[in-house]
Amino acid sequence: MTRAVSAADLAPTTYAWQIRATGLKVRVGGNRMAVDGLDLSLGTGVHGLLGPNGAGKTTLIRALATVVRPTAGSLELLGESAGGRGEHRALRRRIGYLPQEFGYYKRFTVREFVEYMAWLKEVPKADVPGAVQRAVERVGLADRADDRMKALSGGMVRRVGIAQAIVNDPAVLLLDEPTVGLDPAQRLRFRELLQELGRDTCVVVSTHLVEDVAAACTDVVLFAEGRLVFQGTPDELAAAGGPEHVGDSPLERGYSALLAGSGRERGSW
Amino acid sequence: MSGAGTSAGSADRRAGSRAGLSAGGADTAGGHASMRMIDDYARGDTGMATDEVWALETHLETCPVCRERLAVAATTRAPAVTALVDAVWSDLEPRLAATATAPRRRRRPAWLSGWLAPAAVPWLATAVSVTVLALLLDLADIRLGGVSLVLLLAPVLPVLGVAASWSRGLDPAYELTTAAPRAGLHLVLRRTAAVLAVVVPALLVCGWVTGVMVAQGLLPCLAFTSATLALGGVIGMTRAALALVGAWAAAVVAPAVAVSHAPLALRPDGLPVWGLVLVLGAAVVTARRGAYTVLGARR
Repeated sequence: MTRAVSAADLAPTTYAWQIRATGLKVRVGGNRMAVDGLDLSLGTGVHGLLGPNGAGKTTLIRALATVVRPTAGSLELLGESAGGRGEHRALRRRIGYLPQEFGYYKRFTVREFVEYMAWLKEVPKADVPGAVQRAVERVGLADRADDRMKALSGGMVRRVGIAQAIVNDPAVLLLDEPTVGLDPAQRLRFRELLQELGRDTCVVVSTHLVEDVAAACTDVVLFAEGRLVFQGTPDELAAAGGPEHVGDSPLERGYSALLAGSGRERGSW
Repeated sequence: MSGAGTSAGSADRRAGSRAGLSAGGADTAGGHASMRMIDDYARGDTGMATDEVWALETHLETCPVCRERLAVAATTRAPAVTALVDAVWSDLEPRLAATATAPRRRRRPAWLSGWLAPAAVPWLATAVSVTVLALLLDLADIRLGGVSLVLLLAPVLPVLGVAASWSRGLDPAYELTTAAPRAGLHLVLRRTAAVLAVVVPALLVCGWVTGVMVAQGLLPCLAFTSATLALGGVIGMTRAALALVGAWAAAVVAPAVAVSHAPLALRPDGLPVWGLVLVLGAAVVTARRGAYTVLGARR
């Protein structure tokens, strides 16, 4: 018998934004501030995090995943402070995270790996088989579920990464460069999945592909040198660029216009 | 109405018996469908009222007796249907036999991954084989500087297994694990316990075979484990493990080999010092428990 609606599902949300950062600073390594005074509010929807390499996207996503502690400022996730010390167990149960370097165990089958991740994410034991099957089906790997991970192609491994991120039905889903290694057809399918997830989840997708943003995101966050440069819809981003700016599409022109305007573009690359 | 069931869940059966009655109460027997209805149903009689069909099917779902009667009726009253079903079956059966059967048995029990870190398994296998080798050399009386090899190696045996359990460099899924709700001191200790559960029995067997006092090998082993965890929380597990193994080799193993004399650290009167290291390590680990839920140092 499947579970009926629980009190937790019906409880009203006590926060306005799933993710809310004020003056957020995150230090990496010695003295470099990878995120330097960021003010950001993100609600339900798909948010594309765009920015040049080294802009601090990965560090920001790590801070949102609570694996890196902010140096200063405040960070609220699902209405709960995620800045200080402590294990954030209850909060982490509602977060899905796909790191940029997705490491996995080669000897595990897809199902074993996603089950293991479900265990790590404290999914109730009785729900694990169903949740794993659902996640694997959503990324289109149901026919390979009992194959070992080492037999999978790069794109399939990436999809296992997405499956493990959504296995706990997260309220905040953080995907760091999820489209790397996906072929064009898989990328299309992935965008559909993103739109589907974005209906009731706050999805943050870091990417350097402007076309991913155009197709799947409801909102663009442009980020350079640890600071917010622009936040708005893809159409607003496209409107920011004119014919004099570099780029092959309106979005790319808008992207380069905003980065040039912020005075943060260094070098020819 | 002939009250087929008194329990709350017998609504279906009541519906069936009501249909039986409405179809001609005379041939209804004890809350089952009438033979006439079953015959009509088996023949696929289009003249049957819809509610009768509905009631009969609901009843058949819960009543094995009527299902059996239907099966008999189908063979006698509707040979064409039976022949068709048989023909379909004979076509399907070879194909069913050819398709894959039930899914393969799980290769890896789920509870094992819950205790032993998947990345630590190869390191643990190495530790156990080294122990066996050391034991064999001990038994053959090949000794380095008059000290049992098992005793010399005992402290560093669990170190690499423990390091691999929570290491950025050795565990490919380190970042995923660290970001999970279960991450933290609890999971680290669980994985450490799993490593010790393999190493300690091996050392006990060695102690029993060679006749060396068990505590002499065991206490340094536990002390090194807690020191690895404590140091690993600060500088990263892999570095901590390498530093401790290096220090052990330089400070104890090398002098022991050089002077052919049991090193001070392994004499029974050194045991309180090992106990102190164990307690200190445990205290540091508990105090710095937050370090196991954030990304550690590189490597």
